[in-house]
Amino acid sequence: MSFLVNLALGLLFGIGLVVSGMADPAKVLNFLDLFGTWDPSLAFVMGGAVIVAFIGYRLVLTRERPVIGNTFHLPTRNDIDARVIAGPAIFGIGWGLGGFCPGPALTALGLGGTGTLAFVPAMIVGMWAARLLADNWMQARTA
Amino acid sequence: MTEFTPIASLMGGMMIGLSATLLMLWEGRVAGISGIAGRLLPPYRDGAFLSRFGFVVGLIAAPVAIAVATGEAVQQTVSSNVPLMIAAGLLVGFGSVWGNGCTSGHGVCGLSRLSARSIVATCVFMATAFATVFLVRHMIGS
Repeated sequence: MSFLVNLALGLLFGIGLVVSGMADPAKVLNFLDLFGTWDPSLAFVMGGAVIVAFIGYRLVLTRERPVIGNTFHLPTRNDIDARVIAGPAIFGIGWGLGGFCPGPALTALGLGGTGTLAFVPAMIVGMWAARLLADNWMQARTA
Repeated sequence: MTEFTPIASLMGGMMIGLSATLLMLWEGRVAGISGIAGRLLPPYRDGAFLSRFGFVVGLIAAPVAIAVATGEAVQQTVSSNVPLMIAAGLLVGFGSVWGNGCTSGHGVCGLSRLSARSIVATCVFMATAFATVFLVRHMIGS
């Protein structure tokens, strides 16, 4: 059941990415090209998504618990550590090079572009490396 | 050049925000794609594998659903420079998981929760992305 609900929500998210233009690297790179062929469209994607989620989260979080499960799994950390600076800095460089962030890259997989088929496996390797390194990091810090 | 599409982009963004809201309603999780995709890889710590797998299957199926519904294939322009795209993929995968979030987790969900951590993360990745495109297109490219 949860699989099917998530499949529907992933589908809605993915359709949103395609409709908005986020899944087209050419559009992303033009949004990031402030001093060239600037296309401001993607500011509207973030604006639309944040407005809906801002209101939606407030309504949902008045509930005691989600529909399934006992608690809301909200991130609790508020500190600004080295990782939350270094990670996004590295991610932003890759986003600027390829025009893909994780969601749009997965959504573009089925379109079979050469660049996508190179990007996605590399992204998965990068994610796995970060997870393993993060585990070692945590162990070293708590040891 | 790409066409300025404020209405389509706003509509698409609202669908993304709706999906994130409904995921919070359904099982109380943020819709961060780097977190969802990264946790499909071992080690597994909670029982949410099938949920995450379903979400990713939905993401991947989206262009197919659009093609079936509209009868038109989805158009996009991706670089076919394989070494460049491998480097970009490694950086995006590593950086998003190392920093606990990407455009969706820190960007959409974090900004919506007014999380200070996510606001900082979003400013950092926007800044390095703008700088990278500036360097590639205007310093090296031209």
